[in-house]
Amino acid sequence: MAAGVSRAQGADPSTLTVGLILLVVLVFGISGAANAVDPRFGAHAWMLTIAAFAWLAGLLIWHEESEPGQRFDKTYYEEGVVKAGVIATTLWGIAGFLVGLIIALQLTFPNLFYFPDWGWTNFGRMRPLHTSAVIFAFGGNALIATSFYVVQRTCRTRLAGGMWPWFVFWGYQLFIVLAGTGYLMGISQSKEYAEPEWYADLWLTIVWVAYLAVFVATLLRRKEKHIYVANWFYLAFIVTIAMLHIVNNISLPASVFGAKSYSLFSGVQSALIQWWYGHNAVGFFLTAGFLAIMYYFIPKRVERPVWSYRLSIVHFWSLIFIYIWAGPHHLHYTALPQWAQTLGMTFSIMLWMPSWGGMINGLMTLSGAWDKLRTDPVVRMLVVSVAFYGMATFEGPAMSIREVNALSHYTDWGIGHVHSGALGWVGFVTFGALYCLTQWVWKRQKLYSNALVEWHFWIATLGIVLYITSMWVSGIMEGLMWRAYNEFGFLSYSFIETVSAKHISYIIRALGGGLYLIGALIMAYNLFRTARGDVPAEDRKNVPAAPANLQPAE
Amino acid sequence: MNYEGLSAFAQTGGTVYFAAIFLVVLVYALWPRNGARFKRAAEIPMKEKEHSDDRPLA
Repeated sequence: MAAGVSRAQGADPSTLTVGLILLVVLVFGISGAANAVDPRFGAHAWMLTIAAFAWLAGLLIWHEESEPGQRFDKTYYEEGVVKAGVIATTLWGIAGFLVGLIIALQLTFPNLFYFPDWGWTNFGRMRPLHTSAVIFAFGGNALIATSFYVVQRTCRTRLAGGMWPWFVFWGYQLFIVLAGTGYLMGISQSKEYAEPEWYADLWLTIVWVAYLAVFVATLLRRKEKHIYVANWFYLAFIVTIAMLHIVNNISLPASVFGAKSYSLFSGVQSALIQWWYGHNAVGFFLTAGFLAIMYYFIPKRVERPVWSYRLSIVHFWSLIFIYIWAGPHHLHYTALPQWAQTLGMTFSIMLWMPSWGGMINGLMTLSGAWDKLRTDPVVRMLVVSVAFYGMATFEGPAMSIREVNALSHYTDWGIGHVHSGALGWVGFVTFGALYCLTQWVWKRQKLYSNALVEWHFWIATLGIVLYITSMWVSGIMEGLMWRAYNEFGFLSYSFIETVSAKHISYIIRALGGGLYLIGALIMAYNLFRTARGDVPAEDRKNVPAAPANLQPAE
Repeated sequence: MNYEGLSAFAQTGGTVYFAAIFLVVLVYALWPRNGARFKRAAEIPMKEKEHSDDRPLA
């Protein structure tokens, strides 16, 4: 009866279902706040209560203010959620880069940036905050926003699901806030890149299933016969992340009203599943998803179709079939059976081919339009990101070889490697997509300033170069120092000697990270002015002066 | 089945399985008659010339 009345007033089923989910969260939050077995869980229960309450209130206000006929009009694209995604990506990116700079400074100047009285500022808590903020908050929002945009445009239909895309967006932000505040309070299940505890994991599962449903329902509603290759990559990313997330996080909470849980897996099985998860977070989150961005935004920006559609099909199937086996290269010289280590290593080396196939496809899309590299800094950003993709996917297979890994593992070389991929590939392709999207969804002819994009490009590129070269030097140096023996068979260096030898590299690394952050701030300013509709400076000069006989308004 | 038997099956079977999938993908991607379809597919992002338009093309 109640549902019938609300439907008569125009509430659609998607909004009602989202409201129902939020009611469940509200009840869970209130009972958690009342019965919490540890204060940190209590803090999160309060957070859930406030978030669910505010969200429900927002839904009600929106329902009252919007015209029933205007809601989810199928003759229009859903662009509001893309706008929200562009804003969220930019803001989380700046937060993530800033925390990265802080922890880089903590490692460089431990005397200045160590505060024993404030546990939450400790490196051990800030480091997962940085990795999750850049990978999941910055990268994840970029993937959600671009996938929602691309799937609509390539299927020529509005996003399916009414309220559900907005549920995905706000639900994902809630997950990020739960995860990040949890790390600072010391809540962690100690699995790298999967630190959030069971209740945050459950919430992300609900959000992710909704994301998959929205994406698939939109594909099913498409007016285009063929599913464009970018959508294949997005789909592989969404499906695989769902699988990885659920399997790696299977655990039993010690209490329904406490943060602590125990994993189903232990020992070497736990390690194998963790790195099956961890490496495919790289393979499907940071690679497949961002390759989807490459396959839409580069052709669109240079206004030519992808170089070889045939190659993109071979690229897709070989990449997803090979990547899933590469994880064991994280466990060389451990209790993992040697054949499994060799398997991971072999598949990692095989990955070089699909990776470079994709890189060639992205780069060659510019053939006949290479001049755009010079004239359009956004194109240059996208293309340089693909070049960094090629570099990181060459370095990765090399580092997965057991004998190379003996030198590189546990050293800063690994940090340098992930940052050439993260800053160069994921960061730059996202910046390129953000510049495009801001223009496209806010319907601007031009960016506010191309000159500022040039500044962003060169400052960030310089930052990446400083970052990765300093980490190569310090990584290889410490790797060699760790294994150096003297003529009596004793280790030549104490551990602290290897740490102090890295000081100068750490200064350079922090400098590089600082430059990268400055670049992102310049971008944020430029995007803000573009979205606001400010006229580009060079165009303003061309506007004819007002006729002299006009009287000023009184 | 003992460990050796299982691992031999997994290794040989895995090799055949992956090679077969790769061949199927190659044949599908390179099949001459699919060329026209792929050419049309590659043009999908180009169809919407105007990003100032916020409605799906008819």
